[in-house]
Formats: sequence, structure tokens, C-alpha cells
Amino acid sequence: MSSPKTLYEKIWDAHVVSRRDDGTCLIYIDRHLVHEVTSPQAFEGLRAAGRKVRRPDLTLAVPDHNLPTTRRVGADGRRLPIVDPASAGQLAALERNVAEFAIPYIDDLAAEQGIVHVVGPEQGFTLPGTTLVCGDSHTAAHGALGALAFGIGTSEVEHVLATQTLWLKPSKTLEIRVDGRLGFGVSPKDLILAIIGRIGTAGGTGHVIEYRGDTFERMSVEGRLTVANMSIEAGARSGLFAPDEMTFAWLKDRPMAPKGEAWDRLVDHWRTLATDEGARFDRSVRFDASEIAPSVTWGTSPEDVAPITGAVPDPDSFEDPSKRAAARQSLDYMGLAPGTRLEDVPVSYVFIGSCTNSRIEDLRAAAAVVAKRKVHDGIRQALVVPGSGLVKRQAEAEGLDRIFVEAGFEWREPGCSMCLAMNPDKVPPGERCASTSNRNFVGRQGPGARTHLLSPAMAAAAAVTGHLTDVRELVA
Amino acid sequence: MTPVKIVEGRAIPFGRKNVDTDIIIPAEHLKTIARSGLGRHAFEAIRAEPGNVFADPAFAGAPILIAGDNFGCGSSREHAAWALTDMGVRAVIAPSFSDIFSGNAFKNGIVTVALPQAAVDRLMDVAREHPVTVDLETMSVTTPLQDRFAFTLDPFRRNCLMSGLDEIGLTLSSEAEIAAYERSADLLQLAAAGR
Repeated sequence: MSSPKTLYEKIWDAHVVSRRDDGTCLIYIDRHLVHEVTSPQAFEGLRAAGRKVRRPDLTLAVPDHNLPTTRRVGADGRRLPIVDPASAGQLAALERNVAEFAIPYIDDLAAEQGIVHVVGPEQGFTLPGTTLVCGDSHTAAHGALGALAFGIGTSEVEHVLATQTLWLKPSKTLEIRVDGRLGFGVSPKDLILAIIGRIGTAGGTGHVIEYRGDTFERMSVEGRLTVANMSIEAGARSGLFAPDEMTFAWLKDRPMAPKGEAWDRLVDHWRTLATDEGARFDRSVRFDASEIAPSVTWGTSPEDVAPITGAVPDPDSFEDPSKRAAARQSLDYMGLAPGTRLEDVPVSYVFIGSCTNSRIEDLRAAAAVVAKRKVHDGIRQALVVPGSGLVKRQAEAEGLDRIFVEAGFEWREPGCSMCLAMNPDKVPPGERCASTSNRNFVGRQGPGARTHLLSPAMAAAAAVTGHLTDVRELVA
Repeated sequence: MTPVKIVEGRAIPFGRKNVDTDIIIPAEHLKTIARSGLGRHAFEAIRAEPGNVFADPAFAGAPILIAGDNFGCGSSREHAAWALTDMGVRAVIAPSFSDIFSGNAFKNGIVTVALPQAAVDRLMDVAREHPVTVDLETMSVTTPLQDRFAFTLDPFRRNCLMSGLDEIGLTLSSEAEIAAYERSADLLQLAAAGR
């Protein structure tokens, strides 16, 4: 009888190609997602060394980061040019590279195009029990389906392209256990923000998180994707959910998922992946779901989280002197005074989108708040950016686009958009944005931009009131 | 990769905690398809602050950066390591580093030296006036004021840094093992067959 293992240990052990004396392992990579920003130098490296892509069939490329989210096709049916020459150049480089190395590619005009972390699961490219990497830290998202998924740098992208492997040291394991029911108006985003607020942005460094407990067992796959996505904001490269019947039902018949007998055999295998009874985690943290309120960030780190019912903290209230200094700098950048009630903070931009919150469930939650209301006069721009063309199509079939547009939102084409200020969607200096994205770093949404992270329903509430708002007051 | 055995010179006493890679290099500058030329945009937002340490001519081209806890958190962009390299940084000293950043730094020959906060605080003081030495032979950080702080590195990484190894070349020498794994991995084949 072998000793009980965690989900992480089972996936790891199944992917060891070879092991060095110091414990470092050569790990086989089953799935590799590629986008335009972190891959050009990797392909250039392959060319310079005369190397090939070992397994193009396990690789999938899609552009997302710097694509404009405005119309991509003109009235004459022709592709509209990307105005920014650097962005256009990066897209052109990706097109050249996927052609030269024969990598499957979803181009910018395809209905399936979208944010790489929305597309992978949606296409069934992401599967439980696999190892999956991408040159993007939010690759952690795919852990929602039980894939050991993590972000890598461009040198590692090149290494995976050439060898389909990576040299890795085993991580420690961190159990985040949440039991109980999330309250009315409280979403998976509120929960993960509260978790990061408690354990900090370095709380998971060196660890792989496993999300456990009945709160997560009941959570939809979309919700799990939101939670796993932000594991990196807690410092963890990966966050895992045990694949379960909900996972299998969600994945079955997706275009790239195996079919027929292969599917059945895989499901049998996936059922064995859950952490064994008695398996040990290096660390464990517990939360009670019923204590979580709608959350919002007040500072420039994702750990700067407070319940919407709270106030901007006084930097002097922090025990750690470096945290006091950081909080002072944050509040200075954010233009906020200690003690200000969060509900009194006005916003001028609203962004609903990003790999964290751009799936159909997110758009439904936001639309439910927006319905029969108008975007507030104080809002200069309110964007809804679906995570993929298929999400967009689904939302349009449900009439969500009309709800948003009639309220005064802009309904855009899929992409990373206003999450990271490398396409035309930016928040101007000094402006304040209620954003469903994942990072409130200095300058993240544009130089001098001020970001408050929150859930789709909370972003929708801010859009209609013009200030940070407890969504529960609007929909009660 | 150029081998690195010793990094010595001025050390920028930056000291900030939770420095994310968006701060090291904002996304606006990730549209390049080259590795070079990012140094002039490094720490752009901080360079705009009055009296910032990067504006001090004493630290222009300094090969060492001293920072606070959790350096390099956030985005996986290797552009952060390329920007540091381009501005001349060959070693970063901090109490801790994000996992992805430390990997990216290593791949680019940047030594990440993790030292206790007290040692980092002392180096922050000394660095304002004096040079600092990071030595991979002796695995120590020293100053002309007789400070000496020992640090550790993963032995494999240390060896790669000191010999300037091409990691992909090294891995490709395991080709037979990779091919054997692929043949034996029944589930991988099943999963791939669905495509």
C-alpha cells in the first residue's frame, strides 16, 4: 500500500521523465498555450539554434494581450489594420512563427479567439490531470479543471517548445479549505480576494494551492476558474481543484476534448486523482464562507482588500513597519484618505472582463445588476469585454449585450483589454476604475491609473451608482 | 549564457517591498520582439518620483540592486529580467523573491541573493557610499566595511550560472528519456488522440 498522496503529488509523479539527485525533476508538459507577447523571443531562440518544436500537436496559439477590442472587420468584410505598429508587429510575428513551426492557431478573426485562459478550457484543450503551461502567470486558472497549470517565462517557453519538458523542483502544498455557503451577493471573486487579503501576496510563494471544502465543491466551473486564476496573486504558481462530476460534465464534448472510449477511460482515471484521505499538506488555512462579504481592494497590491462595508485603513494600523510604509505609498497613489468609507469612493471607469471574470456566468451576474438601469453620468467609460468569441456569441443569444448597451456600456470584441494597458483600452492618469481584473498594481491599467478590484456584480453596481457600492443594496 | 562568478560594484539601495514586474517594466513596453533595449523603461513610474534612487548618478549602470521582500511578484513577463540585464543589473539582493521571477532571472544569468531582512537593511546602508561584492565561489556578499553575509543557491542553478550552460542543449541530451516517457504515457496518448 503506497502512502496517501495529494492531487498535486499524483499529477507530479505521473509526469516525471527523470529525477536528479537533488530532487529536481524533468517534468513532461502535456499542454502548452502560446500568445503573442511572451513568445517572439522564444521562437527567435529556436531559429538561432536551428531547433524545432517537439510537439506542435500539444501546443495551441491564440493572440489576446495586445489586440484592440474594437471592431476587427470593416464594412467591406476586410480585416481592419491594428494601428499601433508594435502591436501589429507582434501579431505578425506570431502568425509567422505558428506557420513556420506548424503550431495549431486560432487567429484574431476566428469565433473561437479569446483570452488564452478562457479559450483553453472552453476548447477542451485543458484537461484534468495534465500539466499545462503558458507564458503568462494567470495560467494558474486552468487548475480549476484539475490541471497542474502554471505561468512560465519566455526562456521556459522556448524550453517547452524545444523539449516538451521543464526542470522543476517539487513545490510545497498549501490547503485552502473553505466550508459553508457564500452569502447573498457574494461571489467566487469576493472569496478569492478575501483569501489573498488574509494570506498576503507572498502567502503561497513556493507552494501549490489546493482549494478544498464544500464551498468549492458546490462552486461552478466558471467560479473555480476565477478562484484558481488568482492563485498567483497569493504568490502560488498553481492552484488546483480536484476534478469531479461537475468538471467532467462541463468538459464533455468540447471540441478538443477526447471522445468516445478515450473519454470514458480518461474519466475513470480522473476520478482517481482527488487527494487521498490522510494525505498531508505542508500548510493549511481555513475560512468560513458565511463570513465573506463582497470585497474590494483599496491599495496597489491585491492583498489590500477590505469588505465593501468597511473603510480605507489607516496605514498606522498595520503592525509591520514595511507594510505601514507600503500602505502610505498606496494611499498616496490611490488618492484616498484613511477612514474614507469604501462606499463613498467615486469611480469614473468600469471594466468588466479579463481572464479572471469574462466568462458567461460573470456577464450574467453583471447584467442582472445592470438590467433596467443606466450607467451613471459620472462614468466616462464602461466596458464589457467577453473572454472569447464564443462567450460573446452566447451572451448575445441570451440578450445580455442589449442589456449592457442600453444601459450605456460598450460591448467589445474579446481580448485582455483594460486589464493590463498594452492595447488601446487604458485608464487615464488619476482616473479611478472599478475593475473585475486581477491586479491593482501601480500603472497596471495605464500610467497613474487607480484600480479597485471587485466582482462582476460589484463592478456593475459601481457603474450604475458612480461609486463603489455594496451590490446587495441594489439587488435586495 | 555568459558565465558569472562574481558581481561587484555599486548596489542600488532601492529597498522597496512587493515590487511587481509591472513596476519593473510596464506592459506598454512588452510589445518588442527583441530581448534588448528595455533598460531605459525599467522602473519608469519610480523614476518619475522626485529624489528616487535610480536618478542618482552614483548608481548609473550599477550591477547590483537591493530590494525588499517578495521581489518580482505578479506577471511572469521575462521582460523584467531582460530590463534589469539591459540596465546593467547582474545580481539582485532581497529577503525573498517570487518563484517565477527567480526562474526568469536565473535563465538570464542574474543572481538572486536571498538574505535575512537585517542583512539587507545593513547592505542598504553601506551601499549608499560603498561598493558591494556578490561572490558565487565563496557564496557570500561582502563590503569594504568587513561585512560578510553567506547565502545559498540551488546547487544546479549555481553550477549553471558559473558555467554559463545552455539548459535546452542539456535537456535535449535527455532525448531518449523524453521519447521513452512519451511512449509509456498511455493517458497522454489518449488525451492527444482527442484532438
